[in-house]
Amino acid sequence: MASRPIVLPGELLASNPKVAGSGTYIENGKVYAKFLGLLDRTDTSVRVIPLKGRYIPSVGDVVIGIVREVAGNGWVVDINSPYQGFLPVSENPEMRQNRKPNDVLDIDDVIIAKVLNIDPKMKVTLTMKDRMCRAVRFGRIIGINPARVPRVIGKKGSMIRMFKTELGVQIVVGKNGLIWVSGDRRKVNIVEEAVYIIESEAHTDGLTDRITEFVKRKKGELNGQ
Amino acid sequence: MDSKDIKLIIDGKRLDGRGFEDLRPIKMRVGVLKRADGSCYLEMGKNKVVAAVFGPREVHPRHLADPIKAVVRYRYNMAPFSVEERKRPGPDRRSVEISKVSREAIEAIVMKELFPRSGIDIFVEVLQADAGSRTACLNAASVALVDAGVPMKGMISSVAVAKVDDVLVLDPMKEEDNYGQADIPFAFFIRNDRIESIALLQMDGRVSKEEFVQALEMAKRGAMKIYEMQKEAIKTKYIMESEGEVNEIE
Repeated sequence: MASRPIVLPGELLASNPKVAGSGTYIENGKVYAKFLGLLDRTDTSVRVIPLKGRYIPSVGDVVIGIVREVAGNGWVVDINSPYQGFLPVSENPEMRQNRKPNDVLDIDDVIIAKVLNIDPKMKVTLTMKDRMCRAVRFGRIIGINPARVPRVIGKKGSMIRMFKTELGVQIVVGKNGLIWVSGDRRKVNIVEEAVYIIESEAHTDGLTDRITEFVKRKKGELNGQ
Repeated sequence: MDSKDIKLIIDGKRLDGRGFEDLRPIKMRVGVLKRADGSCYLEMGKNKVVAAVFGPREVHPRHLADPIKAVVRYRYNMAPFSVEERKRPGPDRRSVEISKVSREAIEAIVMKELFPRSGIDIFVEVLQADAGSRTACLNAASVALVDAGVPMKGMISSVAVAKVDDVLVLDPMKEEDNYGQADIPFAFFIRNDRIESIALLQMDGRVSKEEFVQALEMAKRGAMKIYEMQKEAIKTKYIMESEGEVNEIE
């Protein structure tokens, strides 16, 4: 994109610390880029949109995780990040009296959860007390680079909405780069293909339109058969 | 160190025809390894190295993790076939030392405090060595770190200066390193096209104070040229990618 040049770490972006946004750092009153990314400059702020990188949890994120360990007081969940998540039994509404954690969720079960809290030592606590959250026992998980997740969601969820209306599939995008899709197998195939296209062509112009076109064409092929 | 029977400077030119302040040809490819978070293949003259970066990720073994910042691990390793006489595989005294000083150079730019309890692993393999392999490795590692999207204050560019036949030459090759009087590898922390500080400095052999100052200036100029090439290599990859024409080696 011509309007968003690539910046490398250490590139000087501004000399007014007030405009510093995400992906930047300040030293001696100057604003520098923190990592490789696309420069997004507005009148009031500069920020760097990452092109790559691991998922770093932040409070309120919806994530998709895989249970790695079952303990007496909760579950250790792999959230595709340098940090493991912990889901205490008290945060799982499926837990009732006389049920053991083992019977509710076992190793390798997949869950949709929300990040409840992160302490300064990066101990991540998850919760399932939310409308979106549940254990998933069917459907498909697609893994992508977490930095590309905002493109899969689209502007105000436009991309997800398009998938839902065009194909009638269920889809939940985890901020950690895992996407759960469920529905007609052939339609899920189309979504999977489209998601990989989004991942590889993120940050190009008119992406939503091109993906919509792609999905419509594939759907047409499906109905034509 | 010195030997009178080998002439390294003939008619003001070096053995491979370079001037005193010429770098060897450099070739870089970014993102060559699919399983690594960031990677770079680099040729610097006859040096051939490949760097891979993983992380930030969980640290194993667990007890090595630092509760307030990320741990950076750097492994410099030479392949058995990288030198003329087969090198016994595995770490030795030399490669452990190089790993340590290189790690300290990298630690100066990586923002470790953003990732407590995690680790950033850097592996650099020397496939073919021809003097100055530690500088080539640092250049490759720096590019691989950028490719991995690791937050950093700037970049590292590294080059060596040697003293041969009583003159200072930039980026020595094998003959100059073996038969020269001194070899001084430098690495600089470069931010926004400016050298901010020295991240690595070693010296083998002897030079006078005046010569050292001159060597530093030569290395700075050389490092800036390498820095431009590093930037170019990264931008080339990502611009190509945004046009959807990337061809990865698997």
